[in-house]
Amino acid sequence: MNYLIKQASILGGEPADVLIADGKIAQLGTIADAGDAQVIDATDLVLLPGLVDTHTHLREPGREDAETVETGSQAAARGGYTAVHAMANSTPVADTAGVVEQVYELGRKAGWVDVRPVGAVTVGLAGKQLSEIGAMADSRAAVKMFSDDGICVFDPLLMRRALEYVKAFDGVIAQHAQEPRLTEGAQMNEGEVSSILGMPGWPAVAEESIIARDVLLAEHVGARLHICHVSTAGSVEIIRWAKARGIQVTAEVTPHHLLLTDEKVRTYDPVFKVNPPLRREEDVMALRAGVADGTIDVIGTDHAPHPSEAKDCEWGAAAMGMTGLETALSIVQHTLVDTGLMGWADVARITSEVPAQIGRVADQGRPIAVGEPANLTLVDPAARWIVDPAAMATKGRNSPFAGMELPGLVRATFFHGHATVLNGQLATPRSINA
Amino acid sequence: MKHLLSTADLTRDEAIAILDIAEEMRESGTRQIKKLPALRGRTVVNLFFEDSTRTRISFEAAAKRLSADVINFSAKGSSVSKGESLKDTAQTLLAIGADAVVIRHPDSGAPARLAATDWIGLPIVNAGDGTHEHPTQALLDAFTLRRQVALREGTSPAGRGLDGLKVAIVGDILHSRVARSNLWLLNTLGAEVTMVAPPTLLPVGAGSWPCTISYDLDEVIAKGVDALMMLRVQGERMNAAYFPNPREYSRYWGLDDARLAELDALGAETLIMHPGPMNRGLEISSAAADSPRSTVLDQVTNGVAVRMASLYMLLSGDLI
Repeated sequence: MNYLIKQASILGGEPADVLIADGKIAQLGTIADAGDAQVIDATDLVLLPGLVDTHTHLREPGREDAETVETGSQAAARGGYTAVHAMANSTPVADTAGVVEQVYELGRKAGWVDVRPVGAVTVGLAGKQLSEIGAMADSRAAVKMFSDDGICVFDPLLMRRALEYVKAFDGVIAQHAQEPRLTEGAQMNEGEVSSILGMPGWPAVAEESIIARDVLLAEHVGARLHICHVSTAGSVEIIRWAKARGIQVTAEVTPHHLLLTDEKVRTYDPVFKVNPPLRREEDVMALRAGVADGTIDVIGTDHAPHPSEAKDCEWGAAAMGMTGLETALSIVQHTLVDTGLMGWADVARITSEVPAQIGRVADQGRPIAVGEPANLTLVDPAARWIVDPAAMATKGRNSPFAGMELPGLVRATFFHGHATVLNGQLATPRSINA
Repeated sequence: MKHLLSTADLTRDEAIAILDIAEEMRESGTRQIKKLPALRGRTVVNLFFEDSTRTRISFEAAAKRLSADVINFSAKGSSVSKGESLKDTAQTLLAIGADAVVIRHPDSGAPARLAATDWIGLPIVNAGDGTHEHPTQALLDAFTLRRQVALREGTSPAGRGLDGLKVAIVGDILHSRVARSNLWLLNTLGAEVTMVAPPTLLPVGAGSWPCTISYDLDEVIAKGVDALMMLRVQGERMNAAYFPNPREYSRYWGLDDARLAELDALGAETLIMHPGPMNRGLEISSAAADSPRSTVLDQVTNGVAVRMASLYMLLSGDLI
């Protein structure tokens, strides 16, 4: 099926018609003759390159009760994504070519988005021995991003070696920056609210000290470093300093850290329990400013679905994590676009172009131009909707935005020219033989 | 009052109403027949996920004196050790026919969670949650203070707050649910609070609390206080580097014989309070614990009266 998108605002700019044919952008401008293409009226809609998530937990293999590659990638498509990086903390851990190829194949068969497996830095995420990084890089999954996400690569020597070693494969280490000793038993951000709630605190310095160490290591060995889910004002300062020095560091922020604060924890509702924790209002504002000035490069959802029993309990017993794929673009619009901090071209940069570059994802995050692969997202910025976790494609019901009214609806998603979402609803997956 | 979760939820009028009812309850406890019929036919469940003989039997005595039936559930040997969730345990108790739940839990916020969810819909009394709050302890402390001041003045405690009283809370503030509950209630009742502790045992963020923070117990004593609330300090805390060893802790922050003598030398009427169980020789010396200033046993007696008042107000439905 070919599509003619009529009068879409390209990256929020001038309206134009876009003809999608044979998986590519075939024509751009004013197109009178649609031929047999399905016409989509995109008046007042914004056309973006398909979103690329640097940080997704698809839970398969191992925790198919929480999410599968199928349901997670459906959620991604609903959220306007055409590619996701699937984190390595599955069971078994994605620390061998076999596991990353399994995840890659599951993604291909599902056909909703490009599923790019992330390889574990260390065997079993245990922080002791490097995984077979080369084998994963050379596998069919062509892994470029390596992370022990959920656990910090804490041993400084191991981190140094990992940063050095991935250079041979044009890889990047995505670090979950969390000093383990300073965060033993930690339940929430350490500060005024934790002092009142009587919860073991998670100090900002536990994140910042690891980032400071790692940017210096990256500089020393000349390697690429990516910082997952930056959550504090101090982290933004350190990364800003590192970039000014020319260190090859990129940084990611989650939608929830751009909006929610630790005030939410006063409810003791574990839907707000997440790692890194929700921080203070000052941190939220510093993160937004960091995205606006380019210190923070990308939005990563850290989509972390959990079965209901993992959240329908007391705080201490609850799992950490929130779903995010189906709300990410709305939160980005709400916190960065509607606040005047950036335009839609910037949104394309932080949600698609740079994420694809960091993960070296071919055919994603490309310009909207003739001949480019048609990985595209059509969003209605004027629409408003109320978040209902039960209506989501993800199996996870743990959305911290439940009940909130948010701006921006994904009307259509095109994955290599195939409509995975049409009229705001899941359409069909792309055939594996396409 | 639907639940008793945190003293921060209590208005001054509500707090005074509880204390006033507790006065009546205490008076009834001095009669030959101590039992009141107020909660006959109601069932109170003591849901204890943490060892606490003292608080549990205090609640048990309070409920029984109001003629309620009491079911004691303790985590040890129960299905909780087999991995049953709080939700399932609570719903089981509801199915058995509980009318109110008194809960002690190692997780901060577990009682609030029980109250906020649709799991059971019963009145909840927080009997101590993690390092968060222990509201009935703060109420019994306030009750004891108010009563002692009234006794000294030869007036009635009824209807009054703790206006102008200076109270120092000394010890492991970081891990203390008693300290947090007292902070809010003492403020609500008009007292001035000073928290005294080594910096390691004060939470980051305590600077925002409505109290004075001090690292110097001698200075606080010299300035004059109406009550010293000594908190239990676990000697094992030294293993996490909170202080070098119990002796050094005691030297700087313990109410030892020298500081007791200093109170006497100052001619102060300072009361010595402790929620128990005491670590004699660590945060409090035996001489201090057993001195005429000590209200330790008085606090235990008053605890039953305050818990009777709390259960009565939650279960009888009519407030004040």
